[in-house]
Amino acid sequence: MVVGTPHISLAGSGALLLDGAKGAFDDATQELVWAVANAALSLEGVREAVPGMNNLLVVFDPLATDAHSVGGQLMSLWAATDAHAVVGTHHTIPVSYGGASGEDLAGWAAHCGLSVDEIVRRHVAATYTVAAIGAMPGFPYLSGLDPRLAWARRSTPRLKVIEGAVIIGGAQAGIMPMTAPSGWHIIGHTDVKLFNAEAELPVLLRPGDKIRFAIAGIEA
Amino acid sequence: MIEILTTGLPNTVQDLGRPGHLALGVTHGGAMDRQALAIANLMLGNDPSAAGIEVALHPFRLRTHVDTAVAITGADCAVSVGDRPCPPWWAMTIRAGETLVLEAPRVGARSYVAFAGGLDLPPVMGSRATDVKGSFGGLTGRGLSRGDRLALNPAQCRLPAGGFGAALEERRGAAASVIELRVLPAAEFDAFTPEAQAAFTGSEWSITNDANRMGYRLSGETLSLLSPLELLSHGIVPGTVQVPPSGQPIIQLADANTCGGYPKIVTVIEADFWRLAQAPVGARLRFSAVSIEASTEALRANRQRRRDFIAARNLMVGEQRAP
Repeated sequence: MVVGTPHISLAGSGALLLDGAKGAFDDATQELVWAVANAALSLEGVREAVPGMNNLLVVFDPLATDAHSVGGQLMSLWAATDAHAVVGTHHTIPVSYGGASGEDLAGWAAHCGLSVDEIVRRHVAATYTVAAIGAMPGFPYLSGLDPRLAWARRSTPRLKVIEGAVIIGGAQAGIMPMTAPSGWHIIGHTDVKLFNAEAELPVLLRPGDKIRFAIAGIEA
Repeated sequence: MIEILTTGLPNTVQDLGRPGHLALGVTHGGAMDRQALAIANLMLGNDPSAAGIEVALHPFRLRTHVDTAVAITGADCAVSVGDRPCPPWWAMTIRAGETLVLEAPRVGARSYVAFAGGLDLPPVMGSRATDVKGSFGGLTGRGLSRGDRLALNPAQCRLPAGGFGAALEERRGAAASVIELRVLPAAEFDAFTPEAQAAFTGSEWSITNDANRMGYRLSGETLSLLSPLELLSHGIVPGTVQVPPSGQPIIQLADANTCGGYPKIVTVIEADFWRLAQAPVGARLRFSAVSIEASTEALRANRQRRRDFIAARNLMVGEQRAP
């Protein structure tokens, strides 16, 4: 077992945060997070299980169970659950790189010391995994970015990053499901819709899904 | 049908929210002062989760185009129906063509208007609450504008002549000059300096202008970590108090993002959320630590009060029905 003992803390009287992180994000830990999240939903009194990045928030009814009992059961699940890889769906996301809706592309290439064509080639060469969905409806935290392409977040977030923006934040990649503030860098744009509250399945992407980006155009 | 006459965009359709979708990134949302909306609905014989209006920006005026009944709860503000003034936390009939007016609060920040039968809007992901960030729910996912018309569900609502009021023990009395909030320690509490831990509960905080349904930024002493922390993104709940690098805390509220990355010092207990909902910009806050048992007991007492309220209301309306 490569995964160690998680740290458990209270998030109010009706939720626990199970943190399995050991520094940098780790794929094996994340597979265990997904498996424990699924199993936790069967525990008595548990209402929601929310995978984060190498951590899991479990929301329960404190009048139906208690933090001590849920915490103990989560520790058992963490130790005993088989972290088999989730078989996710594969998606291809066409991206128009650069231009007015990818304004940070040139700065990103310069930051990484690569040409624009080379940085785009590397961005589409990788297979990304949806590690978690959160922050805003349908927003995917994507792991799998080429470490050479990492770029620390902006010190001042933009108040408006538009829906469809393809973005980079530190070692993570993402796609904006709606127009919202963000401190991540904007490298391109896609027309793929990630969230529709009216649809029977409101989100396109789920944890464990795999993503490849494809070049719809490059404008330096 | 009701028609909005005077409003601001912070005023939205709300119910008790859409739990169950945090893993899709969808926040619980719903009324900031859940107890006030639930009681307003119960006063009219509605389900507590029927959709009403959260008024965060006063004055607010609407006209009804049908004979119906309304209940106003939440902030203590001057209310009138037609030319009749009515006390806070009151349910009464309103006739077609009459105007309901809510003036600026004397105490508190948010008023709730419930309607007999509730607002007739399509549920989205199980709720009629407006999610402004996601632009869905409520009235096409946005705040209310002048001229908006909203349909009401059909309802049979029995009220005593002149209506009736509700008074909640914990909300009685003059407004405290400092709002007391009970907290439980959160994941990174021990990562803060002893001075920061002491200052958090030992000093006063004020709510800055940067305050909305997503959260309130506070100002006060600067809270420092023992050493810088880089956290991976993790799920957060309403009530979470985060401390960004500025050292000035942020309380996450009803429309909070479902995930965050800042260190968390404490979580405000659910039973005290209404105090935050009713705290205006500039209000002073003080935090005190409680045990998890006390937090759960406060929640249990809230649930019992709601049951007692339903019983009392049924008794009153039943008596009124008797010959």
